[in-house]
Amino acid sequence: MSHGQLLVFEVTILVLAIFLGFEVISKVPTLLHTPLMSGTNAIHGIVIVGAMLVMGAGNKDTLTWVIGFVAVILASANVVGGFVVTDRMLEMFKRRRPERAPAGEDGKPPPQ
Amino acid sequence: MSRTTTDLLYLVTIVTFILALRFLSRPDKARWGNRIGAVGMLLAIAVTFAQNEVVSYWEIAVGMVIGGGFGAVAARRVKMTAMPQMVALFNGVGGGAAALVSWAEFHNRVPAQGNLKLDISIAIMLSALIGSISFAGSMIAFAKLQELIKGRPITYPCQKFANLALLAACVVIGVTLVAGVQDEWLLWAVIAGSALFGVLFVLPIGGADMPVVISLLNAFTGLAVAVGGFELENNVLIVSGMLVGASGTFLTMLMGRAMNRSIANVLFGAFGQVSESAAAAAATDGGTVRSASAEDVAVMLAYAHKVVFVPGYGLAVAQAQHDVRQLADLLEAKGIEVSYAIHPVAGRMPGHMNVLLAEANVPYPQLKEMDEANPEFSRTDVAVIVGANDVVNPDARNNQGSPIYGMPILNVDDATAVVVLKRSMNPGFAGIENPLFYNPKTVMLFGDAKDSITKLIADVKSL
Repeated sequence: MSHGQLLVFEVTILVLAIFLGFEVISKVPTLLHTPLMSGTNAIHGIVIVGAMLVMGAGNKDTLTWVIGFVAVILASANVVGGFVVTDRMLEMFKRRRPERAPAGEDGKPPPQ
Repeated sequence: MSRTTTDLLYLVTIVTFILALRFLSRPDKARWGNRIGAVGMLLAIAVTFAQNEVVSYWEIAVGMVIGGGFGAVAARRVKMTAMPQMVALFNGVGGGAAALVSWAEFHNRVPAQGNLKLDISIAIMLSALIGSISFAGSMIAFAKLQELIKGRPITYPCQKFANLALLAACVVIGVTLVAGVQDEWLLWAVIAGSALFGVLFVLPIGGADMPVVISLLNAFTGLAVAVGGFELENNVLIVSGMLVGASGTFLTMLMGRAMNRSIANVLFGAFGQVSESAAAAAATDGGTVRSASAEDVAVMLAYAHKVVFVPGYGLAVAQAQHDVRQLADLLEAKGIEVSYAIHPVAGRMPGHMNVLLAEANVPYPQLKEMDEANPEFSRTDVAVIVGANDVVNPDARNNQGSPIYGMPILNVDDATAVVVLKRSMNPGFAGIENPLFYNPKTVMLFGDAKDSITKLIADVKSL
């Protein structure tokens, strides 16, 4: 594939991703907007791939080494922190139990 | 591993990310979605390790342990009330990483290849610019939310002009770079200049506008990562970054709509400073503030039929969400109808109040969005405002001179009585006077929200 073709291909993917993003995100209820933010935060941690490619290269000079190392640290903080925080939040949204129907004092369901 | 295999496996990661976002439309399944996304991320990392170009494993691993360790500890320890600053922080580091990656790409490619291809140099320049703005802006947002620096708008003369000039200078340098003057100093100037712009552009934005800023910075980081995908010719970065960019843009527009202000107005309006004096003068003429004791309020609540709580940022500051829920339970046990009215921009980030109330295990059906809550206020006996201010300010409806005029608000003044829990008469973070406090229907219960609610619980019990 020539460079020009590759570029067009990448731009196509980019444009489709914009529409896909809007489509998927518009279905997220207001209730979950904070987890949406932290979840997407975790997703942009994918920049770690870029950081690894910089850091992992064979013959690199000191400057690249330093930039790459800092980039790996930042990106992995982003990835781990993002997913953990989102998980903690979503856990709270998950534990919904119908416990609020007033149970008897001994824990038995109230008589109908 | 061949490039084809790598790209196919990256496609799996893309699918997991899309699923993660899809699952977020169902609160009960959302946690699984997030885990699927995390697995996808692990796959991407493993695949990258297996690439032929990647040879220094240990250095990467050490960096990952340091960064991942920090991220894990911070994410475990953070209180739910401090979530906005945590999101800002993780957002910033992502943006910073994107800027650094493009710097390294430039540094390595220029001497080897002579002239860069046009699209690659544009991508490097944009990713450095946007990533750097996002990094610096997020750090300032973090500092403001963490109260390391003042939450109020910080302004100086010629602010807009200076900021725009700085941004324009960065763009001009960037264009020079793209046009073929491939001096690394120029890229450094772009990175430093846009970091400075990030600082200057968030500093004047007040606390109440934080939901817009955080969403926007989220979009910026996503965009920086997507553009970074072009310089590395990597689809997973392009798609994932753009999904985040779309999500951030969506939330930014939603928040702007909830405040009935254009995004440009939020970003460059230096909220709260413009016509503060006019608003204050219009609001406070006539009328006095009535303050009540906890016992008085407890009686009002105990003999009501319907009570609506209106939470705001003050609820997060006082960490009173569990106490509010206890009070609500107590009232419900007395047969009183209880609900919570949630304004889209209450708090410091989209959905902030929902997270806090979810932490306190408030059942979903009691959480009412603005459109649903407003018609109910006319048959509400007591509206209890817990640390909210601008989102219940009637000036938004009536006073054209007010900086928040036109913003849809919760019409708490339709209720028979309004109780405002507030620390003091100081105006809110936006610095705007609130005539609701002078309304004859309103009583103020001064003190820390948590203490006040605890007193109310005791007093309601003793009735």
